Amino acid sequence: MNLKGNAHTFERDMNTDVIIAGRYVASTDPKVLASRIFEDLDPTLSTRIQPGDIFVADANFGCGSSREHAPLAIKGAEVSCVIAPSFARIFYRNAINIGLPILECKGIYEVTEPGDEIEVDLKSGVVKNVTKGLEFQASPFPEFILSLIEQGGLMEKVVADLNR
Amino acid sequence: MGQTIAEKILAAHAGKTGVVPGEMVDVELDLIVGNDASTPIAVKQIETYGLLDKVAHPSKIYLALSHYSPAKDINTASHIQLTKRFADRYPEVTVFPEGYGIEHVIIPEEGLVGAGDLVIGADSHTCTYGAVGAFATGVGSTDMAAAMVTGKTWMKVPETQKFVYTGKKRPFFTGKDLVLYLIRQLGVDGVTYQVMEHAGEALLDFTMEERLTIANMAIEAGGKTGIVSYDEVTERYLAGRAKRAYRPTFADADAMYAAVYEWDISDLEPQVAKPNLPSNTVDVSSVEGLSMDQVYIGSCTNGRISDLRAAAAIMKGRKVNSNLRTIVVPGSKAVYQQALREGLIDIFLEAGALVGPPSCGACFGGSMGILAPGDRCLSTTNRNFTGRMGAATAEVYLSNPSVAAATAVTGKITHPAEVAHEPVL
Ligand code: SF4
Repeated sequence: MNLKGNAHTFERDMNTDVIIAGRYVASTDPKVLASRIFEDLDPTLSTRIQPGDIFVADANFGCGSSREHAPLAIKGAEVSCVIAPSFARIFYRNAINIGLPILECKGIYEVTEPGDEIEVDLKSGVVKNVTKGLEFQASPFPEFILSLIEQGGLMEKVVADLNR
Repeated sequence: MGQTIAEKILAAHAGKTGVVPGEMVDVELDLIVGNDASTPIAVKQIETYGLLDKVAHPSKIYLALSHYSPAKDINTASHIQLTKRFADRYPEVTVFPEGYGIEHVIIPEEGLVGAGDLVIGADSHTCTYGAVGAFATGVGSTDMAAAMVTGKTWMKVPETQKFVYTGKKRPFFTGKDLVLYLIRQLGVDGVTYQVMEHAGEALLDFTMEERLTIANMAIEAGGKTGIVSYDEVTERYLAGRAKRAYRPTFADADAMYAAVYEWDISDLEPQVAKPNLPSNTVDVSSVEGLSMDQVYIGSCTNGRISDLRAAAAIMKGRKVNSNLRTIVVPGSKAVYQQALREGLIDIFLEAGALVGPPSCGACFGGSMGILAPGDRCLSTTNRNFTGRMGAATAEVYLSNPSVAAATAVTGKITHPAEVAHEPVL
């Protein structure tokens, strides 16, 4: 699967409170959450995200609380993929579980500026900054996680297992 | 090859004799925990997939209505309603009603978790239960939903870093200071995907309540969980309290660790985390004198009876500074009642503090103590991220309850020894 979109960049240690502030977790609607995404960091970001855009972040993206509202907000904003050299583990699980593509990839954050065109091949893990003409290789998904993604998320897998 | 505590607990729940880091395992769970912020999404997932009648082991499910307690608006009231309606289908599901307490205070307090248990909770501070020797980790709502249906979850066996403490703690140095010091050394991703194992003779000096604080903040260094080695303090706490059989689990002498640290804590002073990361920690002496607009004492980190005792010992016979709000929130109904019996609530009220009902309250910017733009708050909670307790430009500092109480009295960050000379534990 190929994804293509413009980059929004984020520094390291972006925590889930910054992704979606605690005052908004009273909602569970991805669209409502998306309208408040990263509000404390950049109040206009939610209006600038175009469907398909890609988040390129530095290390430890998604640290902090377990709130699934964070990946839901990103999904609600129709961001197609999040790329970072490392993710906090609960965020990583949550994203995979709800079918938000998320790639561990070193090197791309350092060369990417906001607005750069990014292209991702989820299967091969090849990540390109088209604007800069640079290519990177993301870590492959472990087999178990790949099967989760292929089945469409954790709940789909649970249902499939129950019907087996 | 020897095994760590975490590896032994995971192996036991995967039906294996041993596991190695990196291995994917399917594990049986002893407890599944949720709250009124995370459970609604889990319930909606279960409903979407037509699984409302398929919950596997309802008696393992514990739901605490603690985040908005009581509800602050229609949305939060609806979440509580949804959570209760789900639980109504299963009489064996335990619901802790509004005002009963924060899940990570109640569950150890009531003896619902013990050594050797495997627990997931849809809340990142589920790692708190590592204090009693359990492997407990936070997950999201979808993981919780799947676990409620299957009674199991998947895990990648994590590596472990071991922390061995020696020496003797100084007055007013608590479990909170130890864990803040640790995060100061390791950074907020110092143990990502890994387990912290706490050991060493100095730990004998830390009460179970302090250990719950230490384990609670494992996630603040990115940890999957933080387990305190089973010893006589654990034994005393669990005996007569545990509602199920527990299995003390010990690391083998030849267990493999990703890193081993040995720290002498003898010279350490109370710690304060400055905005906006828990790793931005310094000695209290280097921030003394900084004026505050609010002091918040409570949460699953420091809302237990010993925390309130420590705060009351400082506030007793004194007034809180009129330039700030002081808010005290007992972590559970039992803590509240005990504090009433001991006269602590009177001390707080006499001092001019506001006492709230057991709740997560302002800890995550939920309700009852939200900060205005530019406000500065010294809080006994676990996170000081941008916007965590209210406005994005508000600043949150983290400390132990004695430092918080001393600060409440003077209005500026203060070493408790300057206000009261003898610490109370
Ligand atoms: S007290 Fe704070 S950290 Fe603890 S469970 Fe509640 S919101 Fe989370």
